[in-house]
Amino acid sequence: MGYSLHFGAIWASFDRLLSGLAIGLGLAIAAVLIGTFLGLLAAFASVGPSRLGRLIAGSYVMMIRNLPLLVLVLLVYFALPQAGIRLDKYESFIGALALYSGAYLTEVFRAGLLSVPKGVVEAGRAIGLTRFQTGIWVTAPVMLRNALPSLGNTFISMFKDSSIAAAIAIPELTFEARKINVDTFRVVETWLVASGLYVAACFAIASFLRSLERRFPKF
Amino acid sequence: MQVFLDQVWTARWPLWDGFLLTIEIAAAAIACGTVLGCIVGIQLVFAPTLVRFPFRVYVDVMRGTPLLVLILAAFYIPSVAGLNLSATQAGILALTLFAGAHIGELLRGSLQAIPPGQAEAARSIGLTFPQMLAYVLLPQALRSALPPWINTGVELIKGSSLLSMIGVGELLLKTQEVIGRTFMTIEFYVFAGCLYLITNILLDQVGKTVERYAGGRS
Repeated sequence: MGYSLHFGAIWASFDRLLSGLAIGLGLAIAAVLIGTFLGLLAAFASVGPSRLGRLIAGSYVMMIRNLPLLVLVLLVYFALPQAGIRLDKYESFIGALALYSGAYLTEVFRAGLLSVPKGVVEAGRAIGLTRFQTGIWVTAPVMLRNALPSLGNTFISMFKDSSIAAAIAIPELTFEARKINVDTFRVVETWLVASGLYVAACFAIASFLRSLERRFPKF
Repeated sequence: MQVFLDQVWTARWPLWDGFLLTIEIAAAAIACGTVLGCIVGIQLVFAPTLVRFPFRVYVDVMRGTPLLVLILAAFYIPSVAGLNLSATQAGILALTLFAGAHIGELLRGSLQAIPPGQAEAARSIGLTFPQMLAYVLLPQALRSALPPWINTGVELIKGSSLLSMIGVGELLLKTQEVIGRTFMTIEFYVFAGCLYLITNILLDQVGKTVERYAGGRS
Protein backbone atom coordinates (compact mmCIF):
# COMPACT_ATOMS: atom_id res chain seq x y z
CA MET A 1 0.00 0.00 0.00
CA GLY A 2 1.07 3.59 0.42
CA TYR A 3 0.47 4.37 -3.23
CA SER A 4 0.03 8.07 -3.90
CA LEU A 5 -1.21 9.50 -7.16
CA HIS A 6 1.25 11.44 -9.34
CA PHE A 7 -0.19 12.47 -12.65
CA GLY A 8 2.94 14.37 -13.79
CA ALA A 9 4.34 11.49 -15.83
CA ILE A 10 1.00 11.04 -17.58
CA TRP A 11 0.59 14.72 -18.51
CA ALA A 12 4.15 14.67 -19.89
CA SER A 13 3.06 12.13 -22.51
CA PHE A 14 -0.52 13.30 -22.79
CA ASP A 15 -0.04 14.31 -26.43
CA ARG A 16 0.74 10.68 -27.26
CA LEU A 17 -2.53 9.59 -25.66
CA LEU A 18 -4.38 12.26 -27.63
CA SER A 19 -2.81 11.22 -30.92
CA GLY A 20 -3.72 7.65 -30.00
CA LEU A 21 -7.31 8.75 -29.47
CA ALA A 22 -7.28 10.43 -32.89
CA ILE A 23 -5.96 7.26 -34.53
CA GLY A 24 -8.69 5.23 -32.83
CA LEU A 25 -11.35 7.63 -34.08
CA GLY A 26 -9.86 7.56 -37.57
CA LEU A 27 -9.87 3.75 -37.62
CA ALA A 28 -13.47 3.65 -36.43
CA ILE A 29 -14.63 6.23 -38.99
CA ALA A 30 -12.91 4.47 -41.89
CA ALA A 31 -14.22 1.08 -40.79
CA VAL A 32 -17.79 2.26 -40.26
CA LEU A 33 -17.82 4.00 -43.67
CA ILE A 34 -16.86 0.76 -45.42
CA GLY A 35 -19.07 -1.18 -43.02
CA THR A 36 -22.04 1.03 -43.92
CA PHE A 37 -21.59 0.09 -47.54
CA LEU A 38 -21.38 -3.63 -46.65
CA GLY A 39 -24.29 -3.31 -44.25
CA LEU A 40 -26.53 -1.56 -46.79
CA LEU A 41 -25.74 -4.21 -49.38
CA ALA A 42 -26.45 -7.08 -46.97
CA ALA A 43 -29.55 -5.38 -45.54
CA PHE A 44 -31.12 -4.89 -48.98
CA ALA A 45 -30.22 -8.50 -49.78
CA SER A 46 -31.76 -9.78 -46.56
CA VAL A 47 -35.16 -8.20 -47.23
CA GLY A 48 -34.89 -8.76 -50.99
CA PRO A 49 -36.68 -11.34 -53.12
CA SER A 50 -33.62 -13.54 -53.81
CA ARG A 51 -33.31 -16.61 -51.59
CA LEU A 52 -29.59 -16.86 -52.22
CA GLY A 53 -29.13 -13.20 -51.25
CA ARG A 54 -31.02 -13.73 -48.00
CA LEU A 55 -28.97 -16.83 -47.23
CA ILE A 56 -25.64 -15.08 -47.86
CA ALA A 57 -26.62 -11.99 -45.86
CA GLY A 58 -27.98 -14.13 -43.02
CA SER A 59 -24.91 -16.31 -42.69
CA TYR A 60 -22.58 -13.30 -42.93
CA VAL A 61 -24.35 -11.68 -39.98
CA MET A 62 -24.49 -14.88 -37.95
CA MET A 63 -20.83 -15.71 -38.52
CA ILE A 64 -19.41 -12.31 -37.72
CA ARG A 65 -21.62 -11.66 -34.72
CA ASN A 66 -20.54 -14.88 -33.05
CA LEU A 67 -16.82 -14.50 -33.77
CA PRO A 68 -14.52 -12.58 -31.41
CA LEU A 69 -13.18 -9.44 -33.10
CA LEU A 70 -9.64 -10.29 -31.96
CA VAL A 71 -9.76 -13.59 -33.87
CA LEU A 72 -10.96 -11.75 -36.98
CA VAL A 73 -8.22 -9.13 -36.65
CA LEU A 74 -5.48 -11.72 -36.17
CA LEU A 75 -6.85 -13.79 -39.03
CA VAL A 76 -6.77 -10.84 -41.42
CA TYR A 77 -3.38 -9.58 -40.25
CA PHE A 78 -1.42 -12.80 -39.79
CA ALA A 79 -3.21 -15.36 -41.91
CA LEU A 80 -3.97 -13.52 -45.16
CA PRO A 81 -0.26 -13.12 -46.02
CA GLN A 82 -0.08 -16.91 -46.03
CA ALA A 83 -2.72 -16.81 -48.76
CA GLY A 84 -0.64 -14.24 -50.66
CA ILE A 85 -2.58 -11.09 -49.65
CA ARG A 86 -0.32 -8.56 -47.99
CA LEU A 87 -1.86 -5.62 -46.14
CA ASP A 88 -0.16 -3.23 -43.76
CA LYS A 89 -1.47 -3.19 -40.21
CA TYR A 90 -3.73 -0.17 -40.67
CA GLU A 91 -5.34 -1.57 -43.81
CA SER A 92 -5.82 -4.99 -42.29
CA PHE A 93 -7.32 -3.62 -39.07
CA ILE A 94 -9.69 -1.31 -40.95
CA GLY A 95 -10.64 -4.26 -43.15
CA ALA A 96 -11.35 -6.50 -40.16
CA LEU A 97 -13.29 -3.82 -38.27
CA ALA A 98 -15.24 -2.98 -41.45
CA LEU A 99 -16.24 -6.62 -41.86
CA TYR A 100 -17.18 -6.73 -38.19
CA SER A 101 -19.18 -3.49 -38.18
CA GLY A 102 -20.83 -4.47 -41.46
CA ALA A 103 -22.59 -7.37 -39.74
CA TYR A 104 -23.93 -5.20 -36.92
CA LEU A 105 -24.94 -2.48 -39.40
CA THR A 106 -26.79 -5.06 -41.50
CA GLU A 107 -29.07 -5.65 -38.52
CA VAL A 108 -29.41 -1.90 -37.97
CA PHE A 109 -30.32 -1.18 -41.59
CA ARG A 110 -32.57 -4.22 -41.79
CA ALA A 111 -34.61 -2.94 -38.88
CA GLY A 112 -34.60 0.49 -40.53
CA LEU A 113 -35.80 -0.93 -43.84
CA LEU A 114 -38.62 -2.83 -42.16
CA SER A 115 -39.68 0.37 -40.40
CA VAL A 116 -40.19 2.27 -43.69
CA PRO A 117 -43.94 2.68 -44.15
CA LYS A 118 -45.29 0.70 -47.12
CA GLY A 119 -47.26 3.68 -48.36
CA VAL A 120 -44.10 5.70 -48.94
CA VAL A 121 -42.62 3.01 -51.16
CA GLU A 122 -45.89 2.61 -53.03
CA ALA A 123 -46.08 6.36 -53.55
CA GLY A 124 -42.60 6.28 -55.04
CA ARG A 125 -43.61 3.50 -57.42
CA ALA A 126 -46.86 5.31 -58.26
CA ILE A 127 -45.10 8.43 -59.53
CA GLY A 128 -43.19 6.22 -61.95
CA LEU A 129 -39.86 5.63 -60.25
CA THR A 130 -38.22 2.31 -61.03
CA ARG A 131 -37.60 -0.14 -58.17
CA PHE A 132 -33.96 0.94 -58.07
CA GLN A 133 -34.84 4.64 -58.00
CA THR A 134 -37.38 4.07 -55.24
CA GLY A 135 -34.68 2.32 -53.26
CA ILE A 136 -32.18 5.17 -53.66
CA TRP A 137 -34.45 8.21 -53.39
CA VAL A 138 -37.31 7.06 -51.19
CA THR A 139 -36.48 4.03 -49.05
CA ALA A 140 -32.84 4.83 -48.26
CA PRO A 141 -33.29 8.37 -46.86
CA VAL A 142 -36.24 7.39 -44.65
CA MET A 143 -34.44 4.26 -43.52
CA LEU A 144 -31.21 6.12 -42.76
CA ARG A 145 -33.07 8.62 -40.59
CA ASN A 146 -34.89 5.85 -38.72
CA ALA A 147 -31.65 3.93 -38.26
CA LEU A 148 -29.66 6.96 -37.07
CA PRO A 149 -29.80 6.21 -33.30
CA SER A 150 -28.66 2.59 -33.68
CA LEU A 151 -26.13 3.66 -36.31
CA GLY A 152 -24.67 6.02 -33.73
CA ASN A 153 -24.55 3.33 -31.07
CA THR A 154 -22.78 0.98 -33.46
CA PHE A 155 -20.25 3.69 -34.25
CA ILE A 156 -19.54 4.23 -30.56
CA SER A 157 -19.09 0.53 -29.99
CA MET A 158 -16.76 0.30 -33.01
CA PHE A 159 -14.76 3.22 -31.61
CA LYS A 160 -14.37 1.27 -28.38
CA ASP A 161 -13.41 -1.84 -30.34
CA SER A 162 -10.66 0.12 -32.07
CA SER A 163 -8.73 -0.50 -28.83
CA ILE A 164 -8.15 -4.04 -30.11
CA ALA A 165 -5.81 -2.53 -32.72
CA ALA A 166 -3.28 -2.51 -29.87
CA ALA A 167 -2.97 -6.27 -30.43
CA ILE A 168 -1.28 -5.69 -33.79
CA ALA A 169 0.83 -2.77 -32.52
CA ILE A 170 -1.14 0.11 -34.02
CA PRO A 171 -0.23 3.07 -31.76
CA GLU A 172 -3.77 3.99 -30.71
CA LEU A 173 -4.88 5.00 -27.23
CA THR A 174 -4.76 1.61 -25.52
CA PHE A 175 -1.38 0.78 -27.03
CA GLU A 176 0.07 4.12 -25.90
CA ALA A 177 -1.47 3.74 -22.45
CA ARG A 178 0.07 0.31 -22.05
CA LYS A 179 3.44 1.71 -23.10
CA ILE A 180 3.22 4.62 -20.66
CA ASN A 181 2.12 2.18 -17.98
CA VAL A 182 5.18 0.01 -18.50
CA ASP A 183 7.57 2.97 -18.90
CA THR A 184 6.50 4.95 -15.83
CA PHE A 185 4.81 2.41 -13.54
CA ARG A 186 2.15 5.04 -12.78
CA VAL A 187 -0.37 2.24 -13.12
CA VAL A 188 -3.52 3.68 -11.58
CA GLU A 189 -3.07 7.12 -13.16
CA THR A 190 -2.45 5.72 -16.65
CA TRP A 191 -5.59 3.63 -16.73
CA LEU A 192 -7.69 6.32 -15.05
CA VAL A 193 -6.67 8.81 -17.72
CA ALA A 194 -7.02 6.34 -20.60
CA SER A 195 -10.44 5.22 -19.44
CA GLY A 196 -11.45 8.83 -18.81
CA LEU A 197 -10.45 9.77 -22.36
CA TYR A 198 -12.50 6.92 -23.80
CA VAL A 199 -15.54 7.79 -21.69
CA ALA A 200 -15.24 11.48 -22.58
CA ALA A 201 -14.90 10.70 -26.29
CA CYS A 202 -17.89 8.34 -26.21
CA PHE A 203 -19.91 10.95 -24.38
CA ALA A 204 -18.95 13.66 -26.88
CA ILE A 205 -19.83 11.45 -29.85
CA ALA A 206 -23.13 10.50 -28.24
CA SER A 207 -24.17 14.09 -27.61
CA PHE A 208 -23.13 15.09 -31.14
CA LEU A 209 -25.36 12.29 -32.47
CA ARG A 210 -28.25 13.38 -30.23
CA SER A 211 -28.03 16.90 -31.68
CA LEU A 212 -27.92 15.44 -35.19
CA GLU A 213 -31.07 13.46 -34.42
CA ARG A 214 -32.82 16.62 -33.23
CA ARG A 215 -31.74 18.48 -36.38
CA PHE A 216 -33.44 15.93 -38.63
CA PRO A 217 -36.87 15.14 -37.23
CA LYS A 218 -37.95 11.52 -37.35
CA PHE A 219 -40.01 10.60 -40.36
CA MET B 1 -5.64 -31.07 -44.99
CA GLN B 2 -4.40 -34.40 -43.66
CA VAL B 3 -1.33 -32.66 -42.23
CA PHE B 4 -3.56 -30.11 -40.54
CA LEU B 5 -5.79 -32.78 -39.00
CA ASP B 6 -2.71 -34.57 -37.69
CA GLN B 7 -1.53 -31.34 -36.09
CA VAL B 8 -4.95 -30.75 -34.52
CA TRP B 9 -4.81 -34.28 -33.14
CA THR B 10 -1.31 -33.70 -31.75
CA ALA B 11 -2.40 -30.44 -30.14
CA ARG B 12 -5.77 -31.71 -29.00
CA TRP B 13 -5.10 -31.47 -25.25
CA PRO B 14 -3.74 -27.90 -25.12
CA LEU B 15 -6.57 -26.75 -27.37
CA TRP B 16 -9.14 -28.59 -25.27
CA ASP B 17 -7.72 -27.07 -22.06
CA GLY B 18 -7.87 -23.62 -23.63
CA PHE B 19 -11.43 -24.19 -24.75
CA LEU B 20 -12.46 -25.35 -21.27
CA LEU B 21 -10.76 -22.35 -19.68
CA THR B 22 -12.62 -20.03 -22.07
CA ILE B 23 -15.92 -21.59 -21.02
CA GLU B 24 -15.00 -21.52 -17.32
CA ILE B 25 -13.98 -17.86 -17.46
CA ALA B 26 -17.14 -16.87 -19.30
CA ALA B 27 -19.29 -18.91 -16.88
CA ALA B 28 -17.63 -17.41 -13.81
CA ALA B 29 -17.98 -13.91 -15.24
CA ILE B 30 -21.65 -14.32 -16.16
CA ALA B 31 -22.43 -15.79 -12.72
CA CYS B 32 -20.68 -13.04 -10.75
CA GLY B 33 -21.78 -10.41 -13.26
CA THR B 34 -25.42 -11.42 -12.91
CA VAL B 35 -25.31 -11.09 -9.12
CA LEU B 36 -23.60 -7.72 -9.44
CA GLY B 37 -25.94 -6.68 -12.23
CA CYS B 38 -29.05 -7.51 -10.19
CA ILE B 39 -27.82 -5.32 -7.34
CA VAL B 40 -26.91 -2.51 -9.73
CA GLY B 41 -30.16 -2.75 -11.66
CA ILE B 42 -32.31 -2.61 -8.52
CA GLN B 43 -30.31 0.32 -7.15
CA LEU B 44 -30.65 2.19 -10.45
CA VAL B 45 -34.43 1.95 -10.30
CA PHE B 46 -35.34 2.14 -6.62
CA ALA B 47 -32.49 3.81 -4.73
CA PRO B 48 -32.71 7.47 -3.70
CA THR B 49 -30.79 9.87 -5.96
CA LEU B 50 -27.73 10.10 -3.73
CA VAL B 51 -27.26 6.31 -3.58
CA ARG B 52 -28.14 5.91 -7.25
CA PHE B 53 -25.46 8.35 -8.41
CA PRO B 54 -22.37 6.15 -7.80
CA PHE B 55 -24.10 3.22 -9.50
CA ARG B 56 -24.93 5.44 -12.48
CA VAL B 57 -21.28 6.53 -12.70
CA TYR B 58 -20.12 2.91 -12.47
CA VAL B 59 -22.42 1.81 -15.28
CA ASP B 60 -21.55 4.73 -17.54
CA VAL B 61 -17.81 4.38 -17.01
CA MET B 62 -17.90 0.64 -17.68
CA ARG B 63 -20.01 1.09 -20.77
CA GLY B 64 -17.82 3.90 -22.09
CA THR B 65 -14.52 2.08 -21.60
CA PRO B 66 -13.35 -0.58 -24.04
CA LEU B 67 -13.22 -4.08 -22.57
CA LEU B 68 -9.53 -4.34 -23.42
CA VAL B 69 -8.75 -1.26 -21.30
CA LEU B 70 -10.73 -2.79 -18.42
CA ILE B 71 -8.80 -6.02 -18.73
CA LEU B 72 -5.42 -4.29 -18.79
CA ALA B 73 -6.44 -2.09 -15.85
CA ALA B 74 -7.63 -5.12 -13.85
CA PHE B 75 -4.36 -6.84 -14.68
CA TYR B 76 -2.04 -4.00 -13.60
CA ILE B 77 -3.90 -2.07 -10.89
CA PRO B 78 -4.57 -4.74 -8.17
CA SER B 79 -0.85 -5.43 -7.73
CA VAL B 80 -0.22 -1.79 -6.76
CA ALA B 81 -3.08 -1.98 -4.31
CA GLY B 82 -1.33 -4.92 -2.65
CA LEU B 83 -3.68 -7.52 -4.09
CA ASN B 84 -2.10 -10.51 -5.78
CA LEU B 85 -4.37 -11.71 -8.56
CA SER B 86 -3.36 -14.25 -11.16
CA ALA B 87 -3.93 -13.25 -14.79
CA THR B 88 -6.99 -15.49 -14.93
CA GLN B 89 -8.47 -13.94 -11.78
CA ALA B 90 -7.78 -10.44 -13.11
CA GLY B 91 -9.49 -11.38 -16.36
CA ILE B 92 -12.54 -12.74 -14.56
CA LEU B 93 -12.62 -9.57 -12.45
CA ALA B 94 -12.61 -7.36 -15.57
CA LEU B 95 -15.27 -9.42 -17.34
CA THR B 96 -17.40 -9.45 -14.17
CA LEU B 97 -17.26 -5.67 -13.84
CA PHE B 98 -18.10 -5.35 -17.53
CA ALA B 99 -20.98 -7.83 -17.34
CA GLY B 100 -22.28 -6.30 -14.10
CA ALA B 101 -22.69 -2.92 -15.75
CA HIS B 102 -24.36 -4.29 -18.86
CA ILE B 103 -26.70 -6.60 -16.96
CA GLY B 104 -27.50 -3.81 -14.49
CA GLU B 105 -28.46 -1.53 -17.35
CA LEU B 106 -30.61 -4.09 -19.10
CA LEU B 107 -32.32 -5.05 -15.84
CA ARG B 108 -33.02 -1.35 -15.23
CA GLY B 109 -34.65 -1.21 -18.66
CA SER B 110 -36.87 -4.21 -18.09
CA LEU B 111 -37.80 -3.16 -14.52
CA GLN B 112 -38.89 0.23 -15.80
CA ALA B 113 -40.86 -1.37 -18.63
CA ILE B 114 -43.16 -3.10 -16.12
CA PRO B 115 -46.44 -1.18 -15.91
CA PRO B 116 -46.57 0.83 -12.63
CA GLY B 117 -49.89 -0.83 -11.82
CA GLN B 118 -48.03 -4.01 -10.93
CA ALA B 119 -46.05 -2.34 -8.15
CA GLU B 120 -49.14 -0.50 -6.93
CA ALA B 121 -51.14 -3.73 -6.82
CA ALA B 122 -48.35 -5.45 -4.89
CA ARG B 123 -48.26 -2.63 -2.38
CA SER B 124 -52.01 -2.53 -1.98
CA ILE B 125 -52.20 -6.21 -1.03
CA GLY B 126 -49.63 -5.44 1.67
CA LEU B 127 -46.41 -6.94 0.27
CA THR B 128 -43.20 -5.53 1.70
CA PHE B 129 -40.57 -4.17 -0.68
CA PRO B 130 -38.46 -7.39 -0.79
CA GLN B 131 -41.59 -9.47 -1.28
CA MET B 132 -42.74 -7.18 -4.08
CA LEU B 133 -39.36 -7.55 -5.78
CA ALA B 134 -39.21 -11.30 -5.35
CA TYR B 135 -42.77 -12.23 -6.26
CA VAL B 136 -43.99 -9.51 -8.60
CA LEU B 137 -41.34 -7.41 -10.29
CA LEU B 138 -38.27 -9.61 -10.73
CA PRO B 139 -40.09 -12.60 -12.29
CA GLN B 140 -41.48 -10.31 -14.98
CA ALA B 141 -38.29 -8.33 -15.44
CA LEU B 142 -36.05 -11.39 -15.64
CA ARG B 143 -38.25 -12.91 -18.31
CA SER B 144 -38.02 -9.93 -20.61
CA ALA B 145 -34.32 -9.52 -19.80
CA LEU B 146 -33.54 -13.09 -20.84
CA PRO B 147 -32.70 -12.55 -24.56
CA PRO B 148 -30.25 -9.67 -23.93
CA TRP B 149 -28.84 -11.63 -20.98
CA ILE B 150 -27.97 -14.55 -23.27
CA ASN B 151 -26.50 -11.99 -25.63
CA THR B 152 -24.26 -10.76 -22.81
CA GLY B 153 -23.09 -14.36 -22.38
CA VAL B 154 -22.11 -14.46 -26.05
CA GLU B 155 -20.30 -11.13 -25.63
CA LEU B 156 -18.41 -12.56 -22.65
CA ILE B 157 -17.25 -15.63 -24.57
CA LYS B 158 -16.10 -13.31 -27.35
CA GLY B 159 -14.54 -10.95 -24.82
CA SER B 160 -12.65 -13.75 -23.08
CA SER B 161 -10.49 -13.98 -26.20
CA LEU B 162 -8.99 -10.61 -25.20
CA LEU B 163 -7.53 -12.29 -22.10
CA SER B 164 -4.94 -13.86 -24.40
CA MET B 165 -3.30 -10.41 -24.37
CA ILE B 166 -2.54 -10.63 -20.64
CA GLY B 167 -1.29 -14.19 -20.93
CA VAL B 168 -4.30 -16.23 -19.84
CA GLY B 169 -4.03 -19.62 -21.51
CA GLU B 170 -7.49 -19.66 -23.00
CA LEU B 171 -8.46 -20.91 -26.45
CA LEU B 172 -6.95 -18.06 -28.47
CA LEU B 173 -3.59 -18.08 -26.67
CA LYS B 174 -3.35 -21.87 -26.98
CA THR B 175 -4.15 -21.51 -30.67
CA GLN B 176 -1.40 -18.94 -31.06
CA GLU B 177 1.03 -21.28 -29.31
CA VAL B 178 0.12 -24.08 -31.68
CA ILE B 179 0.53 -21.68 -34.63
CA GLY B 180 3.94 -20.72 -33.32
CA ARG B 181 4.95 -24.37 -33.52
CA THR B 182 3.28 -25.42 -36.77
CA PHE B 183 3.13 -22.16 -38.78
CA MET B 184 -0.32 -23.16 -40.02
CA THR B 185 -1.71 -19.70 -39.47
CA ILE B 186 -4.91 -19.72 -41.52
CA GLU B 187 -5.92 -23.23 -40.59
CA PHE B 188 -5.63 -22.83 -36.83
CA TYR B 189 -7.18 -19.36 -36.65
CA VAL B 190 -10.11 -20.62 -38.71
CA PHE B 191 -10.28 -23.68 -36.46
CA ALA B 192 -10.40 -21.51 -33.32
CA GLY B 193 -12.92 -19.22 -35.01
CA CYS B 194 -15.15 -22.21 -35.75
CA LEU B 195 -14.99 -23.33 -32.11
CA TYR B 196 -16.06 -19.86 -30.93
CA LEU B 197 -18.75 -19.79 -33.60
CA ILE B 198 -20.20 -23.18 -32.66
CA THR B 199 -20.16 -22.41 -28.92
CA ASN B 200 -21.88 -19.07 -29.37
CA ILE B 201 -24.50 -20.35 -31.79
CA LEU B 202 -25.25 -23.24 -29.41
CA LEU B 203 -25.57 -20.79 -26.52
CA ASP B 204 -27.90 -18.67 -28.64
CA GLN B 205 -30.07 -21.70 -29.44
CA VAL B 206 -30.22 -22.74 -25.78
CA GLY B 207 -31.32 -19.18 -25.00
CA LYS B 208 -34.08 -19.36 -27.61
CA THR B 209 -35.29 -22.70 -26.21
CA VAL B 210 -35.34 -21.42 -22.63
CA GLU B 211 -37.14 -18.32 -23.82
CA ARG B 212 -39.85 -20.41 -25.44
CA TYR B 213 -40.07 -22.53 -22.31
CA ALA B 214 -40.34 -19.48 -20.07
CA GLY B 215 -43.12 -18.12 -22.24
CA GLY B 216 -43.46 -14.75 -23.91
CA ARG B 217 -43.81 -11.38 -22.25
CA SER B 218 -46.56 -11.27 -19.68
